[in-house]
Amino acid sequence: MSEIFSTRRTALAGVMAACIVAVPAMAQDFPSRAIEYIIPFNPGGESDVTARLQEPLMEEALGISVNVRHQPGGGGAVAWADFQANAEPDGHEIIGINIPHIVAQPIQRADAGYTTEGFDIITWFHMTPHVVVVREDSPFQTLDDMIEFARENPQSLTVGGSGTFSGNHLEALRLQELTDVQITYIPFTGTGPLPAAILGGHVGAVISNSTLGVEMGDNVRVLAVASEERLETLPDAPTFRELGLDIVGGTYRGVAVPNGTAPEIIEVLADLFTEMNQTLGERQVPMGFQMTDIRGEDAIDLMVRLREQYGDFLN
Amino acid sequence: MDILIAAALAVLQPHMLIIILLGVTAGLFVGALPGLTATMALALMLPFTFTLDALEGLVALGAVYMGTIYGGAFTAILLNTPGTPSSIATTFDGHPMAKQGRALEAISVATIASVVGGVVGVTFLLIAAPPLAQLALKFGPAEMFWVAILGLTLIGSLATGSLLKGLLGGAIGLLIGTIGISPIGGESRFTFGWPPLQAGVSLIVALIGLFVIPELLQMIRRGQASLEPSDTIGNTGFQFMSALRTVLSKPVNLVRSCAIGQVIAVIPGAGGSITSLVAYNEARRWSKTPETFGKGNPEGIVASESSNNVMVAGSMVPLLTLGIPGAPPDAIILGVMLLHGLRPGLDLFTQTGVLANGFIISMGLAALMLAPIGLLGGRLIYRVIIRTPHYFLVPTILIVTILGTYALRNNVIDVAIMLGLGVVGFLIRGLGLHAAPIVLGLILGTIAEQGYVQSVLGGMALDIPQLRLVANPLSQVLIALIVLVIVWAAWPKRFSRKKQG
Repeated sequence: MSEIFSTRRTALAGVMAACIVAVPAMAQDFPSRAIEYIIPFNPGGESDVTARLQEPLMEEALGISVNVRHQPGGGGAVAWADFQANAEPDGHEIIGINIPHIVAQPIQRADAGYTTEGFDIITWFHMTPHVVVVREDSPFQTLDDMIEFARENPQSLTVGGSGTFSGNHLEALRLQELTDVQITYIPFTGTGPLPAAILGGHVGAVISNSTLGVEMGDNVRVLAVASEERLETLPDAPTFRELGLDIVGGTYRGVAVPNGTAPEIIEVLADLFTEMNQTLGERQVPMGFQMTDIRGEDAIDLMVRLREQYGDFLN
Repeated sequence: MDILIAAALAVLQPHMLIIILLGVTAGLFVGALPGLTATMALALMLPFTFTLDALEGLVALGAVYMGTIYGGAFTAILLNTPGTPSSIATTFDGHPMAKQGRALEAISVATIASVVGGVVGVTFLLIAAPPLAQLALKFGPAEMFWVAILGLTLIGSLATGSLLKGLLGGAIGLLIGTIGISPIGGESRFTFGWPPLQAGVSLIVALIGLFVIPELLQMIRRGQASLEPSDTIGNTGFQFMSALRTVLSKPVNLVRSCAIGQVIAVIPGAGGSITSLVAYNEARRWSKTPETFGKGNPEGIVASESSNNVMVAGSMVPLLTLGIPGAPPDAIILGVMLLHGLRPGLDLFTQTGVLANGFIISMGLAALMLAPIGLLGGRLIYRVIIRTPHYFLVPTILIVTILGTYALRNNVIDVAIMLGLGVVGFLIRGLGLHAAPIVLGLILGTIAEQGYVQSVLGGMALDIPQLRLVANPLSQVLIALIVLVIVWAAWPKRFSRKKQG
């Protein structure tokens, strides 16, 4: 897989070099009509709400209309497969993409219908780092307490999260591997049911996104955050690295176009998303998001790195 | 109390009332169109609410939600096709009434029952949200498994003809529900290597296919609409007073249906689809004349429509107090709240009490507005449907249905599945297999599967992981209920057979 990425990286560099020479003709015509912005999930989730915030800003900046369209199903796979098969590579059709979904699904499923390399990534515009959360009255005061319990009682500690071989699940597996304990991961369908699972005591802990930790406030205690530095919104929660565990990860959200889209168009769009992040950040940072701008080579590096980190669990 | 008065004053502004009026009206028409769901209506409104302040935005969403759930009753009564999943049970007696020329009476009964249900739900939300929220939390994976099994026992009574055919329908529903990516484990099932099937068969797609298409095919076959102008002789008014008497003459039915709606609404994940079916079933079980149900008994409409409108405010209990969306449209309301910096929890009722209570009161106003808007809109829809000849009506409904199905997930495959299920549904209807048990199996199969796998996983440390399913007291109560329901269902039939013999 990483080989494919490196080949692609070389190819990308080649294309980029060629473009410096060639005068970009298409970019000047962009955008020439309405932009379709496809969200491969149900309305109401993080991807949807973000797109709804971006929609008016994009319309204002580009002077055309932007249509947000939902195409949920198969954890995103249905829309991604349809997009790679049918979308025009002219920048007027863009689609929301997520890590680890687009890395994990094609390895996991024979019939995912799309490939990780089949997208040209515009930018990963934000991420929500993973957090370990327990109920406010839980006996686990620290992550160490929790790990100790799991060591003494193999399989007794239940940890809920969203989905199987999802970001939450992979992080649970990694925590297990690094600490050499046996925990029982219980998948739920999406993040929606997790607050009930934790408040009702149906699971011992939850691995989820930072936004959930912020949203649930004083009802829960965040034992660890999988970010490089502590989050402003969760100042009391230590990072995994502070606790001696090398876990940095989360759900990244971004946008992509089909392979073969002119690099200038991708750049126009990437600049726009970066600019919009300024406005969106005012609303989303307090909710627990981390705004990012990972594009070009960096975007591919990120996928290669996570792919290596999680790869063993997926095969 | 001060907070409540301040909240009421904030909502009783002219512009707020206009927002509620528009929201309810829009919701009513969306709900009446098969395929357009409350979730979709709310999603389309999202960008619009960003331009409003937090209270206005929430009020608008609440009004549309209330209108949509009620609007589903119109098509259920007039065309035998539920506009939303929550009005499936309304078809059982609503459409037979319409065929007897009592369509406007049925609409009036549905309207009054909806208003009562809406107001009851809002009242409970205002006065009893915290204890109800604690009840909601008791339902973990094991309890959800038993709730689903309890729901499946409904099949025994939904099957009006043969029990065996009802169970067969339920099994078909369970099987259809397994297509796609499994909810736990993430494996592809029955996709036959074809990527588009990863999306599975959506409940709404199956609902439209199994209810709407067979009805249209029936109209074509008979060469006439399911309601003819001749059916309406003697049906001139809303018969509002007689409808009011009908609803109030059986207070036990009304109270029981509202209570059922309230309890099921706060159980996260059970959703509105089954509240009306459960309430309908109980109405028939406790009735002195159960044989009149399914043939145009207004009590059936009262049970279905009061319980599903209780559900609108009822599902806000876990949402506002715990941040748990009880039904899919609630997820969108949660999204809007978070964007405005409002976090669910008890603080919502204290620190931002005017806003939280204002939102709740506005839903009560929306419920009250259902009466005038519903009776006028109902008359309009009724006239249009009655006066349109079937050769215009069938293609029009078909086009709306196809567009609605496509718009659901922007997926052409869904349209193909919907039409395919429709033809199958038409054929098996002739064999005595009905759509309701199939849809029930589809809804409950996923809930049962998730509950089972999650609780068995949770019991991994036990010698027999399955024991986790029966460990909690609430699970044991549910198991006892299931046994009771089955025994109850089996007994009277034997009695009546003996009497006949």
